[in-house]
This record gives sequence, C-alpha cells and structure tokens, in this order.
Amino acid sequence: MKLPVSLSVNGVNQSAEVEPRLLLVHYLRDHLGLTGTNVGCDTSQCGACTVMIDGQAVKSCTVLTVQADGSKVMTIEGLAANGKLHPVQQAFWDKHGLQCGFCTPGMIMTTCALIERNPKPTEAEVRHGLEGNLCRCTGYQNIVAAVQEAAARMKA
Amino acid sequence: MFAASFDYHRPRTVDEALKLMREVKDARVLAGGHSLLPAMKLRLASPSALIDIGRIAELNGIRAVKDGVQIGALTTHAAIASSDVVRRVCPVLADTAAHIGDLQVRNRGTIGGSLAHADPGADYPTIMLLLGATLTASGGKPRDIAAQDFFVDLFTTALKPGELLTSITVPPTGAASAVYLKHRHPASSFAVVGVGLLVEMRSGKFSDVRISIGGVTVTPVRAKNAEAALTGQAPSEENIAIAASVVADALENPLGDTYASGGFRVHLATVMTKRALTQLAWKAR
Amino acid sequence: MASRILGSAIKRREDPRLITGQARYTDDFVLPGMVYMSVVRSPYAHARIRGIDSSRAAAMPGVLGVFTGQQMKDAGFGPIPCAWVVPASDTKTPPYPPIAIDTVRYVGNAVAIVVAQDRYQARDAVEAVEVDYDPLPVTVDAFKATQKGAPQLHADVASNVCFHWKVSGGDVEAAFRDADVIVKDHIINQRLIPNAMEPRAALAQFSSASGEVTLWSTTQNPHIERFLLSIDTGTPEHKIRVIAPEVGGGFGSKLPHYPEAAMTIFASKMVNRPVKWTETRSENYHSTTHGRDHIQDVEIAAMKDGTITGLRARVWANLGAYLSTAAPGIPTILHGLMLSGVYTIPNIHEDVFGVFSNTTPVDAYRGAGRPEAVFMVETMVDRLARELKLDPVDVRRKNLIPPFQDGYTVATGLVYDSGNYEGALTKALQMADYPKLRLEQAEARKKGQYLGIGVCTYAEICGLGPSQVAGAVGFGGGLWESAIVRFHPSGKVHVMVGISPHGQGEETTFAQIVANELGVGVDDVEIMHGDTDQTPMGWGTYGSRSTAVGSGALMGAIKKIKEKATLITAHLLEAAPEDIDYADGKFFVKGSPDKFKTIQDVALMANVAWNMPKGVEPGLETSSFFDPPNFVYPFGAHIALVEVDVETGEVALKRYVAVDDCGKVINPMIVEGQIHGGIAQGVGQALYEGAVYDDQGQLLTGSMMDYAVPKAENFPNFELGMTETLTNVNPLGVKGIGETGTIASTPAVYNAVADALAPLGVKTLNMPLTPERVWRAIQEARS
Repeated sequence: MKLPVSLSVNGVNQSAEVEPRLLLVHYLRDHLGLTGTNVGCDTSQCGACTVMIDGQAVKSCTVLTVQADGSKVMTIEGLAANGKLHPVQQAFWDKHGLQCGFCTPGMIMTTCALIERNPKPTEAEVRHGLEGNLCRCTGYQNIVAAVQEAAARMKA
Repeated sequence: MFAASFDYHRPRTVDEALKLMREVKDARVLAGGHSLLPAMKLRLASPSALIDIGRIAELNGIRAVKDGVQIGALTTHAAIASSDVVRRVCPVLADTAAHIGDLQVRNRGTIGGSLAHADPGADYPTIMLLLGATLTASGGKPRDIAAQDFFVDLFTTALKPGELLTSITVPPTGAASAVYLKHRHPASSFAVVGVGLLVEMRSGKFSDVRISIGGVTVTPVRAKNAEAALTGQAPSEENIAIAASVVADALENPLGDTYASGGFRVHLATVMTKRALTQLAWKAR
Repeated sequence: MASRILGSAIKRREDPRLITGQARYTDDFVLPGMVYMSVVRSPYAHARIRGIDSSRAAAMPGVLGVFTGQQMKDAGFGPIPCAWVVPASDTKTPPYPPIAIDTVRYVGNAVAIVVAQDRYQARDAVEAVEVDYDPLPVTVDAFKATQKGAPQLHADVASNVCFHWKVSGGDVEAAFRDADVIVKDHIINQRLIPNAMEPRAALAQFSSASGEVTLWSTTQNPHIERFLLSIDTGTPEHKIRVIAPEVGGGFGSKLPHYPEAAMTIFASKMVNRPVKWTETRSENYHSTTHGRDHIQDVEIAAMKDGTITGLRARVWANLGAYLSTAAPGIPTILHGLMLSGVYTIPNIHEDVFGVFSNTTPVDAYRGAGRPEAVFMVETMVDRLARELKLDPVDVRRKNLIPPFQDGYTVATGLVYDSGNYEGALTKALQMADYPKLRLEQAEARKKGQYLGIGVCTYAEICGLGPSQVAGAVGFGGGLWESAIVRFHPSGKVHVMVGISPHGQGEETTFAQIVANELGVGVDDVEIMHGDTDQTPMGWGTYGSRSTAVGSGALMGAIKKIKEKATLITAHLLEAAPEDIDYADGKFFVKGSPDKFKTIQDVALMANVAWNMPKGVEPGLETSSFFDPPNFVYPFGAHIALVEVDVETGEVALKRYVAVDDCGKVINPMIVEGQIHGGIAQGVGQALYEGAVYDDQGQLLTGSMMDYAVPKAENFPNFELGMTETLTNVNPLGVKGIGETGTIASTPAVYNAVADALAPLGVKTLNMPLTPERVWRAIQEARS
C-alpha cells in the first residue's frame, strides 16, 4: 500500500507516494537526500532526528510520513537563511557546542524551540529543556553555554 | 527501527473512526504515536492496519465545563501543560503534563494515547486516579468510565474492542492542593514511581486526603490505608510518618527492573508520599 | 604574532559543515544501484545452529539474496583476526567467523545476512529467515566462567581462560609480610556500552572489473581497517580503499575491525551492487563492542603513616564471546602496567585472566584499561585513608611521585615521561577550597545532610606509542604516524595525515600548528584525513595519540619544508644557506631582516621551478614519519562534591573541579571540550551506566530505554584548571587529553559517595551507584 503525501520541506513543496510505515526521518534522508537529520536510536530517546513540524520540535523517527502530510517541515538544512547562519548555529560554533557533530542538528532544532518558549533560560532550564537530546562528546557544558548565548543574541 | 507493513486509514470524524475500528481487522488506533510507533519500530507490535485519528478536530482541545475541564483525547501534553484553563482549574495536571517525557515528546504525545496505552510508568493514569477523572469512550453507546475503573491491568484498560477514548473530564481541585512527585527512570524518563497527592484542610486538619501511586504496580492504586490514617488528623510529622508507614499496604506484587526492584519502588513510594505530605502540609500552614 | 596561534582558542574549522547539516556520515552516502544489508542475529546466547531456512525470505519483495556464514567462508572470507596477542600469556585465539557457521556464542551473533532493495524490505526479510537453534548452557560472568562446570565456549579454550598475564615488580610478598595494615576490596568495574551517537555503518562497493573494493566505514583507523580487511576478505591491500568520512564519535567502539565490514564486502561481491549496512541502536547495544567488565580482587599493604608499600591484585577480565581487535591488550598492557598510578609503590603484582563468556565482545572504551587501573588504585587509597583515619589527600601526598622532568620508572617497569602531581593536586585543592569543603561537610552532617568529597590523582599512559614497544607487547601493527605537507603555487597548504579524528578537532589544531610554524593563515591550511587512497599511512585515532604522535609527524614535515625553503631562499637572495634565518613566515638573511622571502614566495618559486638551486627538486612538499621514543603520561587531580539523599539513595553531583596537565596546549577550547566530555562519561560509569545480562545471556539493558546515557540535567558546570608540564617525547611537548576526564572522574565521584556514606558505616558499594544500590548499602550498614 502506498499513499500520496504532499508537504513543504524547508519551504519547498514535495509530493510523493510512500508506504504508510515510512518514518518521516527516512523520507527526509532517503527520499529527499536531506541527510542533516540523523538517526541515533530506535526508541525516541536521543533526539538526533529532531525537526520542526509546523513550528514544533518533534522527533522525526517517531512520526510517520503520512502523519506529516500537509505539514510544513523544517530541518537543519533550512535553518540558515540567505547564506547567514541562524543565531543558534552561530552560538554552537562560537561556544564549541559540538564535537563529532552527530547530535548537533537535533540539538540545534530543540534549542530553537526552547528559546522560542523561554527567551532567557537559566542554566538549569536549559539543562532540563535538553532532556530529550543526548550528546556523548561534550558533557553538555558548552551546549548549555551555546543555548544561553543564542538566547541572549536573539533577544538583542 | 523499521515497522512491518500495515494499511493506513485517516478518518475525519469520530463516526468514521468507529466505523473503521469495527470493519478493519487487527487495526490499532494511532493518536500521537509516541507509545505505539516505538513498539512497532522494534516489532514488538505489528498491527495490520493503523487508524490515524490525528486529524479528527472534535477530539482535540481543552474547554472549561461545569464540572471541571474537558480535554479531548488528542490533546498533546504540551497543550495541557501550557493551557490556562487547566492551570486554573487543575494546576497539578498542567505540572504533570509539563514533566512527561521531553520537550519533543510533549509536542506529539497525547493524553488519550497515553491513557489508552496504560503503561505502568506513565504519569497520567496516576493523576487521573488521584483527581477522580472521568474518561469518555465512544463506540456503541457513548459511556463514561471512572478513572478507578479504567485501568484494568498492565497495558490493559476497560475500553472494549471498537471503543475509542474521546475525552477526559477532570474535576476542579478547588480548595484542595495537589502535587505530583516523580522518580524518573534515568534512561526512559518514565516514572519509576509517581506519587499523586491531593489534600484539603479544614480547621487545621486533613479533611480530604487522596494518595495515588503509579509505577509500582501494574495499574496505579490509591493508598487507602494511608489516606484513612490521615483523614481528620493534624498534619504533624508524626501523623505523616504513620500514614507513610502504611503506604506499602496498597502496593502488592510490585514491578521491578534492572534499575529498581519492586521492594525499592515500594520504599520510594513511601518516602515520596511522606515528602509530598510534608510539602503540602507545610504549604497549608 | 605566530606565538598567538599556538595556544589560542580559535573556533573549529570542522563546525560549519556540522551545524548546517552538510557533513556526510557513512549512512548519508548513496551510490548508484546501492542496496541494503540487514543482519539476522541470534536471540540465544549460546546455541548450535541446526539449520537455516532462507527460502521464504529469499522470495520476499526486493530481496536480492540471503547468505550464510558457510557461503561467506566458501567465498574465501576468513575469520576476523585479533590484532593484539599479548606475549607470555599463552593467549588462545579461537576462530571468530564473521557470520556464525555452526555455533552462536552471544545474543546478537550474526547468523545470516539479507540484501534487499531498501532498508524496510531488508528488515522484513530478516524476520522471515528461519533458524533452527539447539540451545546450549550459558555463562556470562568472567569469574564464574572459569569455574568447574561452567559451559565452555571454544573447543580449545579450557575453563574459558583465553590468557593468563602477569606483571610483577619488587617483592610483593615481603611488602605484605611486613605491612602495618592491609586493606582489601572486591571491585566490580562494570560493563559499559560506549554509545557513540552515530551507530556503526558500512558501505562497500566491489568492482568485479578491477577487483577493487571501496569501503566507507565508521572507523577510527581506516589504515588498520584496510590492513585487517586484506587478511580476512582475501582482497589484496592495494585493491582496498577505506574511507572514514565524518564519523560521529567512537570512544574506542569504532576501533575494532568488525564482521559487518567484511560482510558488506562479501554481499557486494555476491549481488554485484554497492551494499550499505547501518545498525540500529538496539543492534548496536548487542553487536558493537562493550567496555570495562572487570572483576578485581585487590589488596594494598601500607605502613601506619599511610605509606603504601605494596599492591596485589587478581583480575578476571571479561572478553565476551570472541577476541575483538585490541581486546587482549586492554586489561594487560593498558591496565596492569599502570598499577603504580602516581605513587611510589615499590612492590606490585597482578594476575590477569582474560575470560570468554556468552556476551558481546569487549574492546576499547574511552580510557581502555586505564580507568580500570586508576579506579582500583584511587579507591584503594581512599579505603586505606579511612582505615587509618587519615585525610585521603594526606595519604596521597605521602605517596606521590615527586616532580620529575626526565623520566621516572615505576615498579611495573614503565618510564613515565614527566610529571608534577603535587602541583596539580595543590591547584585542584585550591580551586575547590578543600579545607572549606570539609568544614561545610561537617556542618551539613550535623543537619543530617550527607555531603561527600572525592579526590582522584591520576596519571595515564597514552599517545600510543613507540612501535618497538608495540611489537614487544604483541600489538599487530606499528604506532608511528605520518604527515605530508604540500604547498600549492599560491601559498595555500594541504596537509595529509594518517590519523583519523572523529570529533577531536585536529583539523583545527593541526592547521594551528602549520600556521604557527610556517607563517601562513590558519584558513590557508586544509587538513585531509580518513581516506587510505588520499592520506599517508597512519595507525589512527585512539589512545589519545592523534596530537601526541600525529603532531610529531607534522612537525617533521614542517621542518623539512623549512629546510628546503632555506635552500631556495639562499639561492634567490644569493646568500649561503647557513646565513638564512626564519621567523614568522619569513626566511631572511641573518643581520639583514629586510632581505627576505616569504613562505608564499618560496612556494611559488618551488612550484614553478624557474630558478631553483642546483640539485634541489621542484615542488614544496614533504613527508615525515614520526615514531615517538616513549608514551606520554598526562596527569591531574580531580575533586568531586556530591550530596547523597540517604532516604532515597539518590546522588547529586554538586561540584566538579578538574585540574589536568596535557603538556603544551595547542587549543585550550578544544582541550577543555575533551575534558568536559571525558568527565561526563566517567561520571556516567560511576552513577548511571551499566550493561546487565541475565543468566541466560539476554542483555537486559538492550536499548536506550534501559541503559542510562547521561543527560544534560545530570551535571553541574565543571570547573577546570590546567597545569603545563611539557614532555620531551615529541617536538611540541604535547600529551593526550582525550581520555583523562573519563579515567579520573569515575573514582573521584565514587570516592565522594563513599566519603558521604562513611559515617553511616557503609563499606561496600558497586557501580553504577544507583539510588537502590546506595539505599541498600545504607540499610546493610545500619542492620
């Protein structure tokens, strides 16, 4: 069984026929070639696959493509506008908020959602807000610094 | 990571959904998908069809009703956590929702999905039992099910085949104060133990005490002996200790895993009940 | 100007591709005609395979083939080799078939592979392969597996003992005979799952026309991978190209040569298409190597004043079901030789038994052997301090090796390069304000609050290492590094290196070195790594060796660039080469600094070669091979402050102070990042992580739902300090920093918890220090 879906991904309209079981993350990666969104687990823990659906951060490994039919999806590839890094991307770079980079796209997408809800998060709020994203390299310290730096810049 | 094949249906109305539930063999209802899809990805569940109720507008939303707040089954944890109505009528529910899973999970996971899944580590069942919520199901004749009757066994509810949970009505906490304490599993974030407490004080004494405990047994339970020990009593340290000491009475055949044995869960439930009581007693003073 | 580049926290040049989603990890690659492999894995920990029926799977949509271990063997693929057979240990190396042929020995052992058009179809077909198993008895515990009656995994390995290795120094019997006090412990250094965030993947393309194989792989060491593939796939080394593209963390778990790499090559040959395999996380937990898993009986002998006179230990190291690439070297060379720690322990003896069990193979995991040594020594020092009612800091000071610059020989025979342990400890104590912490602790105890302070002073062996030593200790390869520096006509630079970083940031630090040494802009340098066709031979990134050894090769190549540039400059300025000096990117005539050529001038002339000195070849490209004369031994002192909730057993890490010394620091931002991450992983072992098998060999912590990878909320901000004690082992004086945090933080946190609980009489605690374990230990002490 294949079903038609239409959705906007990073502002580009896409139509496809997909199996109902096709996860959104596999649609993005294998069908659209948007490989910035990563898969780090199979139980919705790690958050590496985080994307925005209609402005909300979700784990794209736990969403069927057919569920996203008609939605606006944004991935890490769609974040920088006109060749300019998004302030969250810039802050991750400036604060050394990444090492191997695998969790980074998901961390950045979650950070965007976090700052939208809480424009001036404390260290504790950031740490709590990132509970759905795992990083094995950084010990989180510079990620937390990056989130707070980004929040400060976005407010300015 | 790769679910087995299934057919997919996306009804637009509850009636359409119910019709599909009657007609399609071996189908499961898909709401937010945050319990069902992980199980399917690990092939712990392989239904031959999914009935995606995610677009049924009438199942979504929060509204104040005369006996509390009515929450559509499709309402996400995030929506409940940030709802002014919920926060006004029943703040403990908003607090509970704000600490389910993680930010991303709260954006997709739904109250109906969580309740119908009836995971012993879920937070809503405990809080529904605490608050005496009413769960409304459609399919055949619409019926109301009291929270205390809804959770039947591990991953098993009172919903009959062909029935769909449509809304949950939660009474206002009113003058009572309530709190939900959770000992989170360090990996899954599920409640190893969740303790819901609701107390009302009158003339310096507990006039109403409700203690519900989740995570320890196959379904959440009320700690009736502990409640009884406190009702009509002053919120003294001693009375609280006496009540805490009988919490275990309610926790037969506790669940255990590599992180926390049944015995330890019972212990945690005891300590957390004591702390919740102390917290609210202190607040009431 | 130049001096500012080395030691400067410049931003990483790796990051723009990583923060925009443009980085390409192995699973991101798509080749024309590419198909997917999925692996049928054993649900039994030990069983005979009676038969495999793949007919139903083979007929499923999209399936190109289902293949068994026998077919792979018949196609000329051999067993997976072990690359580190430690001498004088009677090591047995039973065959490790990439796909099990007649017996499975752990849950997750490959039984067959499926190749299909897409990932979902491959997974569907895996479900349809029917394997008939005849279950056998199971053993999972390293000690029990050696006891009479335990089921034997391999026909020629009696009692499952793969090796018995010993280290001895001094007269340990006399030390224990003459001791005032003997302190003993039974330590379980639990099994861990490495959890690099990127699961393993392999993409193989076999060309039947040329016989060439290209393998994109999540490896930390592409050249070793190529070397070992040439052994077990039957493809000659010059016909294999291994590419490690972006690699999402490894921590040792991507060091081994894995069966799946060989399987994708086999599959590509069988279906004549490029074949990609990517593991799921749950698959990773079962089939990617684990770390640690020691059972240690240890005792130390000491005098009343706290002087440690001897250490004796017996260790059962769980190797899992088969010998992974570096497995035997870890509990021996990288563990047993480090038992003196930072102390002058004159008498040491250890017996290490490497043991097979029905569990996932064990190999390197961040620290690899050294955490198991430092934990043993550091927790025993605290135990001794408690026994003698001395401050653990005083006991450490009593036994610390005094500062040294030119080598110090410990009882196990290692020669530490340089160290100032007292200096690091003093700094850490100052940063933590240790006396004040002890006062706060005493005050808190009066209020029924249980604070604990844990100290760890450590040194570790890394920067692996001299090749001669590698050979002497049975490592199947060299441990040197190489680098090529290539100047283009415009003065821009390509550097090709043999190391293979995967998050450590050497694209930045190596560019800093080139910029610093040759006066080019950092952005004018590109560092290439991770492709055996494009980079020179090297032994990869592990054992904190990339900068310690790799920079030596780079400095060698830079030196040769300078020598050639001097000749060219002398020729162009009509001066004698010995009259040419170099500073800040300019080659000038001594005494006449206005007569000079920039490195860019020289690069242009060398490349166009219009006017070269006689006998000097065109081009400005050099290569160098660096084999270090010794290992490096970074060190430091860490202090943890915890609070234990004695009612629930919950442990909260309140503060963490770390002072580390990795010699010369090239980029402090990157160094600090390495320490942060290392500390987090070590804290993970102390408090959260542990792989648990049931007695049937089922992994109970089989997914991220059960195995607790630490989250941001689990940590405070770490407070870091540095001391800088150079080494003379390499030109820059750098030591490794990739593993120190992990090595030091586990005992620091453990000691803190033990310190908090000491007044309650708690004597024994096993990691991870979960609430239940802590609570039960308190109950036992009270009863």
